[in-house]
Amino acid sequence: MVEASHKLYVKKAVPASAWRACLQVLRRDLLLSLRRRSEFSNPLFFYVIVVSLFPLAISPAPKTLQMIAPGVIWVAALLATLLALEHLFRSDYDDGSLEQLVLSPHPLAALVFAKVVAHWLVTGLPLLLLTPMLAMFLHLSAQQTSILLLTLFLGTPTLSLLGAVGAALTVGLRNRGLLLALLILPLYIPVLIFAVASVVNAGVGVVVTGQLAVLGALCVLALCLTPVTTAAALKVTLT
Amino acid sequence: MWTFIHKLGSPKHCYRIAGYFIPYLGTISIVCFIYGLVGGLILAPADYQQGDGFRIIYVHVPSAFLSLSVYMVMALSATVSLIWRIKMADVITKVSAPLGATFTFLALVTGSLWGKPMWGTYWVWDARLTSELILLFLYVGYMALESALEDRHMAARASNILVLVGVVNIPIIHYSVVWWNTLHQGASISLLNKPTIAPSMLYPLLAMLVAFMAFFFAVMLMRARCEILLREQKSNWVKELVQTT
Repeated sequence: MVEASHKLYVKKAVPASAWRACLQVLRRDLLLSLRRRSEFSNPLFFYVIVVSLFPLAISPAPKTLQMIAPGVIWVAALLATLLALEHLFRSDYDDGSLEQLVLSPHPLAALVFAKVVAHWLVTGLPLLLLTPMLAMFLHLSAQQTSILLLTLFLGTPTLSLLGAVGAALTVGLRNRGLLLALLILPLYIPVLIFAVASVVNAGVGVVVTGQLAVLGALCVLALCLTPVTTAAALKVTLT
Repeated sequence: MWTFIHKLGSPKHCYRIAGYFIPYLGTISIVCFIYGLVGGLILAPADYQQGDGFRIIYVHVPSAFLSLSVYMVMALSATVSLIWRIKMADVITKVSAPLGATFTFLALVTGSLWGKPMWGTYWVWDARLTSELILLFLYVGYMALESALEDRHMAARASNILVLVGVVNIPIIHYSVVWWNTLHQGASISLLNKPTIAPSMLYPLLAMLVAFMAFFFAVMLMRARCEILLREQKSNWVKELVQTT
């Protein structure tokens, strides 16, 4: 596996443009995660298991479940994202290809962004696809489910982007999983608040475009700022 | 002017200058503490609504104020360190964090003690209390990262980046919590929304504010001196200093 990941770089040594380099990174990361499925399926199982604990712990009554569902699903999604983020740079750090990325002539922020996109495609997107089933478990109405999916679609990229900063800061550490949670969870609070509020409001028939707009704004802000920050953090922690 | 700033960058002069300021800051702090405590706890009249319970503001308000200001001090020194690579700025960021966390903790504890007689419960998910709690989490995260990275230089630079990420997020977190709070409950009575505060209550409060600030800077410089000695233990001037004392 280690050799395979190196070869992909060697084959196309110094791609022509930064754009092509990013596409290469994207393709490589998707290919690698295809071959290491368990690493990316485990957070998804975690997501499903955590959500199904709540009916057992609180009450199976549909009314109660409906009330807690948005919060439960969002907190579980948040934790699952966090769990998956631990792997964002890990194998690349272990086999040294992360250093190659840092040394490459292309802007590191763009390459890091490609990595985060690949990561979101194999963790965030499946999470989104699993959610209708969980929403059904918790008796959410169809309308609330669609809003929930929309908030996850706008929110999980923000979570991945913010988490990438934390993952870059903790990349060489032994107990990085726990540390990552300590660093990043407080920063997730705004996304959590607005996402859950919009699903709850949709349930009582209030217009939620305002909250969705805020979620979108947070996503755009994270898109602009975090790749640069992640690149800076990687440069520090890899020296 | 510039030579003074350049000297601040060198550990030896920074150590000396810090030692020069500590006694003055300490004196200011003690004098203001005495005035503030006597004025606030004994001389100021009891509040017509809150009785003697209001007196906790003489500890609560300064510590809440400092909890955020210390984070700003850290953000400033982290910026200085990341841009100009001044090692002494790293020292200041590092030694300020536990102090800031302590002030945040103090603000939370005094706030909840005040909440018991006023709100009838120790904890309310009030916007201010919640923001303070999240601020405490941010301090904890900073200290965890700082202590987890073994290489001191890397630890300083990585945690500086984290401080800056935090400082961008603090307003976002604060306003989202305020928005969340108004969604769930009416605004709680807050400590400072009284239109006027009698001078006999206000002056001790200002004195306490000055006392807390001077206390913070004095302790910060003391801790910075220890940290400098620790970092420069192999240099000649530290060896000489240790031998002469």
